Amino acid sequence: MSVPLSLLFSFFLALALNLKVRGMAAYRTIYFLPTLVPSVAMAILWLWLFNTQYGIFNSLLHLVGLRPLGWVTNPKTALPSLVLMSLWIVGQTVVIFLAGLQDVPTHLYEAAEIDGAGAVQKMTHITIPMMTPVILFTLLTGMIGSFQTFTQAYIMTNGGPANATLFYVLYLYRNGFQYIQMGYASALAWILFVIILVLTVIVLRTSRGWVYYGGLR
Amino acid sequence: MIEQRKPAVHAHPSLISVQARRQLNRGLQGTLAHLLLFLTGLSFLMPFVWMIGTSLKTAEQIFVWPPIWVPNPVVWNNYYLAVTSIPFFTYLGNTLLISGWNVVGILISCPMVAYGLSRIQWPGRDLLFYVVLATMMLPYVVLLIPTFLIFNALGWVGSFKPLIVPAFFGAPFFIFLLRQFYMTIPFDLSDAATIDGASEFAILWEVILPLSKPALATVALFTFIANWQDFLGPLIYLRDDSQYTLSLGLQRFLSAHGAAWAQLMAASTLMVLPIIILFFLTQRTFIQGITFSGLKE
Repeated sequence: MSVPLSLLFSFFLALALNLKVRGMAAYRTIYFLPTLVPSVAMAILWLWLFNTQYGIFNSLLHLVGLRPLGWVTNPKTALPSLVLMSLWIVGQTVVIFLAGLQDVPTHLYEAAEIDGAGAVQKMTHITIPMMTPVILFTLLTGMIGSFQTFTQAYIMTNGGPANATLFYVLYLYRNGFQYIQMGYASALAWILFVIILVLTVIVLRTSRGWVYYGGLR
Repeated sequence: MIEQRKPAVHAHPSLISVQARRQLNRGLQGTLAHLLLFLTGLSFLMPFVWMIGTSLKTAEQIFVWPPIWVPNPVVWNNYYLAVTSIPFFTYLGNTLLISGWNVVGILISCPMVAYGLSRIQWPGRDLLFYVVLATMMLPYVVLLIPTFLIFNALGWVGSFKPLIVPAFFGAPFFIFLLRQFYMTIPFDLSDAATIDGASEFAILWEVILPLSKPALATVALFTFIANWQDFLGPLIYLRDDSQYTLSLGLQRFLSAHGAAWAQLMAASTLMVLPIIILFFLTQRTFIQGITFSGLKE
């Protein structure tokens, strides 16, 4: 679930960064910094942020007059909490999107302006179509990556509470290396591979309909 | 040029209004964008501030409601405790050893393979290139069990070898990245060297490698960081506490002293800091590498 959300989020951030704002280099650095945090350190840090009693998130909720949440200790909020955390590390995608945005030829926008196109039309008719190859790339890599979520879940929740964050790879690791059922774990790995492969093929097939390659005319 | 343009604009009132509206739009957009970027930037930095803040607090200051942002007094002792309550420097040494050897291995193996796949013509080359690409598509966990069984059969489990030796046999992602880079180097250069009697190896060493320094820097940087923060690999292959890396050590620290948040944050800061310093020293290479590996197909 975190894939579409973080793609959307990073797309908007990249758009904002692309407006030639002052201090862009500083912003870009700020957004990129979290991606450098080793996943173990990040898991520990966020565990502390999510802390029910003394965590910063609950104190923010308290500020706006809401009741504190259990975050990763509540089966209902555990998964959304991990998704929220994944938004913190969109920096890499933002940088890739930004590079893509800067490759969109400006003459297209100029031509559209002369034709009287508004901001929304420019977005739907130029920016998004020109960005489709980049979107496809980030979609695929994001999807493959999210199927392999392991470290955060292993450290922060260890699959719990009530198996709410029992990710596939975590389940596989447990069977293979804790219960020493290598055969079953190998079968799990193959199934995961087939699932990823099928999904990738589906995305690639449908992409012929929506991805626009500037080079091909 | 500019002086010539000005009167032209004045001559067409419609153009002025378009220009003015565009400027107004841009101003509005700029302000909005600034606001958005500033607020999200703030929330992106918040965890860092909180991490460093916590690492400098006394226990009484950590467990208070509402939370305190700025520690008073500042407790540097947490850092001392963090590096002494776990064998921090042993872990650091192990991590540096593994990361260092990986960088060496990757820098030896990948340029050679990439050279063979891009600068020399031989039958079956492209097919082999696709095979290399295909191995990149395989999820890491799919390979996890077969590679574990192989290393187990070799008797390497419980040593650094499974974490270091593979680097000397190349990594598909970096081979791909370097190959793409080599393709952009003019072939005239190698042709001239061939005429001068240079061997393929000499061409790689004296022509290609000096020209591909930025790409090599990217590869070295990515390799180092990937190994610095690798968790699953050490978790599976390392058995003895004296071999643990920082990632593993930190996780063990969490499960052993779960509530020692100040020390945990101090240890995390110590693990994050080198990477961030490295990033600031090599910022240009870094961003180039990200976009390079992401886009140029």
